[in-house]
Amino acid sequence: MLSFWQSSVGKKAAMGLTGLIVVGFVLVHMAGNLQFFVGPSKFNEYSHLLRHTLIELTWIVRLVLLAAIAVHITAAWQLTQRAKAARPVGYERRDAQVSTYASRAMRWGGVYLLVFIVYHILHFTTGTLHPAYDEAQAYGNVVIGFSSLWVSLFYLGAMALLSLHLYHGTWACLRSLGLAKPSSNPLERRIALIVAIVVPAGFSLLPLSVLLGIVR
Amino acid sequence: MTLDAKIPSGPVAEKWEKHKFEMKLVNPANKRKYHVIVVGSGLAGASAAATMSELGYQVSCFCYQDSPRRAHSIAAQGGINAAKNYRNDGDSVWRLFYDTVKGGDFRAREANVYRLAQVSVDIIDQCVAQGVPFAREYGGLLANRSFGGAQVSRTFYARGQTGQQLLIGAYQALEKEIAAGGVKMYSRHEMVELVLVNGVARGVIVRDMVTGEIQSHAADAVVLATGGYGNVFYLSTNAKGCNVTATYRAHKKGAFFANPCYTQIHPTCIPVKGDYQSKLTLMSESLRNDGRVWVPKRKEDCAKAPGDIPEQDRDYYLERKYPSFGNLSPRDIASRAAKEACDDGRGVGPGGLGVYLDFADAIKRLGAKAIEERYGNLFEMYERITDENPYKVPMRIYPAVHYTMGGLWVDYNLQSTIPGLHVIGEANFSDHGANRLGASALMQGLADGYFILPYTIGNYLAQAKLEKVTTEHAEFVAAREAVAQRTTRLLNIKGTRTVDSFHRELGKIMWDKCGMARDRAGLEWAIKRIPELRAEFWENVNVPGSASELNQSLEKAGRVADFLEFGELMCRDALHREESCGGHFRTEYQEEGEAKRNDDAFAYVAAWEFAGEGKAPTLHKEALEFENVHLATRSYK
Amino acid sequence: MNLTLRVWRQAGPAAAGAMREYRAEGISPDMSFLEMLDVVNEGLIAKGDEPIAFDHDCREGICGMCGMMINGAAHGPQRLTTACQLHMRSFSDGETITIEPWRATAFPVLKDLVVDRSAFDRIIQAGGFISAPTGSAVDGNAIPIPKLDADDAMDAAACIGCGACVAACPNASASLFTAAKISHLGSLPQGQPERSRRALAMVAQMDLESFGGCSLFGECMEACPKGISIDTINTMHRDFLFASATKRDVKEWSGGA
Ligand SMILES: Cc1cc2nc3c(=O)[nH]c(=O)nc-3n(C[C@H](O)[C@H](O)[C@H](O)COP(=O)(O)OP(=O)(O)OC[C@H]3O[C@@H](n4cnc5c(N)ncnc54)[C@H](O)[C@@H]3O)c2cc1C
Ligand code: HEM
Ligand code: FES
Repeated sequence: MLSFWQSSVGKKAAMGLTGLIVVGFVLVHMAGNLQFFVGPSKFNEYSHLLRHTLIELTWIVRLVLLAAIAVHITAAWQLTQRAKAARPVGYERRDAQVSTYASRAMRWGGVYLLVFIVYHILHFTTGTLHPAYDEAQAYGNVVIGFSSLWVSLFYLGAMALLSLHLYHGTWACLRSLGLAKPSSNPLERRIALIVAIVVPAGFSLLPLSVLLGIVR
Repeated sequence: MTLDAKIPSGPVAEKWEKHKFEMKLVNPANKRKYHVIVVGSGLAGASAAATMSELGYQVSCFCYQDSPRRAHSIAAQGGINAAKNYRNDGDSVWRLFYDTVKGGDFRAREANVYRLAQVSVDIIDQCVAQGVPFAREYGGLLANRSFGGAQVSRTFYARGQTGQQLLIGAYQALEKEIAAGGVKMYSRHEMVELVLVNGVARGVIVRDMVTGEIQSHAADAVVLATGGYGNVFYLSTNAKGCNVTATYRAHKKGAFFANPCYTQIHPTCIPVKGDYQSKLTLMSESLRNDGRVWVPKRKEDCAKAPGDIPEQDRDYYLERKYPSFGNLSPRDIASRAAKEACDDGRGVGPGGLGVYLDFADAIKRLGAKAIEERYGNLFEMYERITDENPYKVPMRIYPAVHYTMGGLWVDYNLQSTIPGLHVIGEANFSDHGANRLGASALMQGLADGYFILPYTIGNYLAQAKLEKVTTEHAEFVAAREAVAQRTTRLLNIKGTRTVDSFHRELGKIMWDKCGMARDRAGLEWAIKRIPELRAEFWENVNVPGSASELNQSLEKAGRVADFLEFGELMCRDALHREESCGGHFRTEYQEEGEAKRNDDAFAYVAAWEFAGEGKAPTLHKEALEFENVHLATRSYK
Repeated sequence: MNLTLRVWRQAGPAAAGAMREYRAEGISPDMSFLEMLDVVNEGLIAKGDEPIAFDHDCREGICGMCGMMINGAAHGPQRLTTACQLHMRSFSDGETITIEPWRATAFPVLKDLVVDRSAFDRIIQAGGFISAPTGSAVDGNAIPIPKLDADDAMDAAACIGCGACVAACPNASASLFTAAKISHLGSLPQGQPERSRRALAMVAQMDLESFGGCSLFGECMEACPKGISIDTINTMHRDFLFASATKRDVKEWSGGA
């Protein structure tokens, strides 16, 4: 197990697996969030379900996610350090040929996402950074939370980066886990493209609709 | 000194089995105590080093590239022969033996050729076991093609990269043994001298090409597997680093050089474009299966675009002269015919040095798709180099130096005239006589390395009475000293001409006078001219840099210095051989335009002994006897 | 054509290096890139300068000896082409061409454009072979190999070990090189007995040599003159994971050579 983790391939597989877990989570999370548009009572009910009725399950998911993110970040950090050490003297000129912008934005985008996740939890889960948090009023929390332009922009920025992260990550994780099928054009990634559009778009509907005054 | 080839007695088909039984064996526990040096890591060197290490010997292996995987064997495209008879088309060990002796224009040693044909079948098995991805049929069995004009389908191949795949197989076996500790590999180390102690080969002097350090390595036997010397012509299909240094240094220490004038000129190469040209590229011979070779009938048409020359004004000269073999005539014949057409002023392309290889008919007959499937990668390569699309305009090709049949003389045990010095692969004078058939050099290199040398070297070691020698022995010290002096001398000349300019000039002399066609006057001129050029080299060459660093000019200078001596030896051999045979065509000896062999006077191997600086070398003859394949004129008409 | 070259010059492994500018004049578009460098070098020698050192041997795109970063791309602008097979017609008159050595910790510069790629050999030593000592083989047709498997093996085996994959990878990863060998041997029945051991040992050695990990940028595949697919990396990961999951003692193989 130790030598597995020490190996760059092992670490990459760990990133892939943990990434995949989080992808699964964001998909479900996004779908759940869409209940926002059904109306306040439905959304508050959903929140109540997660926070009271199914609280044990929620905690299990939280712990799994926490562990996954911890592993994901540790591996990301270590692989980044390894990559830096592998080329201490850079080129005067190296032009990217086929690598996507998404792939090159994984590292700093990941850092943004980390900041975002911490803020997001303090914002809507604990309410610590929320101006008028009421545990029972999930719907109201969202509307109030997003009525700040800056907060919404920060969320939307995170979603843009999540999109990039998913565009590369959803495709890459299958390959890190050795699950991809041979392909004549291995750089093609249709499913990843769909995930990268649908998930951030679904999330973004909330702040957008609040900002545009569609929901109040 | 009489040359004893040590051919075992008995019928040709039983010699090798009998010899294997009679050879002395080294006790397994003692093998570890023997140390063998292998210079070269091509097919021959890598296979030999790996196999000897598997047997238990301690091996040191050297190559001048940065990795053993880069030896020029890697460039072989076409394939490797083996008498498997998987096609059930009448092939057999005997037929491969027969074809090779005949193909070599009756200038090869029967016993060796027979053994080569015998072990050819084991080579394929060995390579498959190592993971060489030979082409397969849908049924999962090995595919074959017919190659180089053979009447049977006995050539095994891996796309157009057979040499690469075979070499990678041998390289992997070598790396396995390096990891196991049996082989110590010295990459970027160039052998610059052979060391004899009491007349026996006991080591080498090498230059570490990164630090410039001159090192001595001592051993119980030395094996040279350093490839061919085609680069004496400057332009050839060989890699830039291919050299004669290792074998020529050994020659100067007493190893006889056999048949240096036998050079193979390959008919299908991309023609020269300009003075800056640094090497020539081979287009696989397989192209001649579907391409038709032609030149315009009239000189006046040569400047026209090929498409503007109507059918009746084209001369499909191979089909005309050799109706039964046509475009598939053997290499020497096809090359010479191209030269004749160009000499006649009917060549095409820059300088009039080219002939067309036209696929228009094949494309019409089979469709562009089928042609692409067969030759797609070759067509691409051609287009990359020439910027012309061979699907639309005919290719232009011209012969180029490709392989050297000559090499250090060896006996049946692959030992040279220096005891303890063994020579394998293209570096020895080999089993190909005066002309090599396609797909048989890979076979010979691997036969020598996997299946012959590992036996015969044991026989040598088991019987040799070897004193203990260290690299502090006076002979090593003297050899190191000589190498250092030579290096200093090269660096101190500080003349006005670059090494390459000398190499180019030598190459031109060799190509003009000792190339596809040779004659007495030209050779005599070259034998006078080369020493002059050599003298100028030693007075006027400019080798920049120092001895104690990576210095590519210095590396080249050392190689060219040896070529400048060796070229003369080649011309002398060509001059003395007053007949035409295989790759050696003397214009004085022909009949109706065809090569005329003289079996009464020249059915022998010419082995040259170095007689001292500035002295003409001494000729020794090994008579060739043909008991199984009867001497006959090669006819491809 | 007349060109300006910006070339990395470094006298030796320990020396400091710098980019230097040279003129390349009277260059024919039919020259290969290395022939252009030959011409520049002849000029440098005539002027009493040291010629630019660069590795090369076969000059026909198969030995894998040549390799340099040309205008920010490994082996230059043409796809599926080594530096020796690149021709000057790919450039335009008056252009400035930037030429740098492969850059990686595992490929230290020896001089100018020449680097030490022996790390690749050590990766092969760790397990890039099938143990089939000479003489032990069965008949070549004894084990039929489906044509498609043989073709897959050949696709991966086409690697020439030039190092362009490492050079082009933003992480300086040797994954494509290592994976190509694992895929080649793993596609064949003869390669099965050592398959797990091979994956573990070669990956361990790859890490030991200080190459970066794979981030699936895809740059390696684009730079590879033989067009080796990153699908091979998928195979390497699969073999590695399978081996890790099933081998009782992983440690035994993680030592490396
Ligand atoms: C373009 C081309 C295509 C060919 N196609 C075919 C084909 O289809 N079929 C076929 O059968 N044959 C073919 N041949 C011929 C065949 O490839 C060679 O004859 C054969 O591979 C030679 O193998 P080798 O091991 O003797 O030498 P090489 O592979 O040339 O190896 C020589 C080794 O010696 C080392 N060396 C040389 N000099 C020194 C020195 N001074 N110090 C230290 N090391 C040194 C080199 O580093 C290298 O490792 C082809 C040849 C060429 C050039
Ligand atoms: C918490 C902050 C995060 C950081 C710091 C981070 C960082 C990274 C980095 C650097 C990579 C590329 C690794 C490499 O190959 O070099 C990566 C890959 C990936 N990330 Fe993240 N990430 C974060 C959050 C997320 C989230 C929220 C998701 C899911 C939605 C996610 C899913 C993935 C996936 C699937 C991959 C691909 C893994 C692979 O290539 O196998 N990550 N991450
Ligand atoms: S010199 Fe051999 S691949 Fe370029």
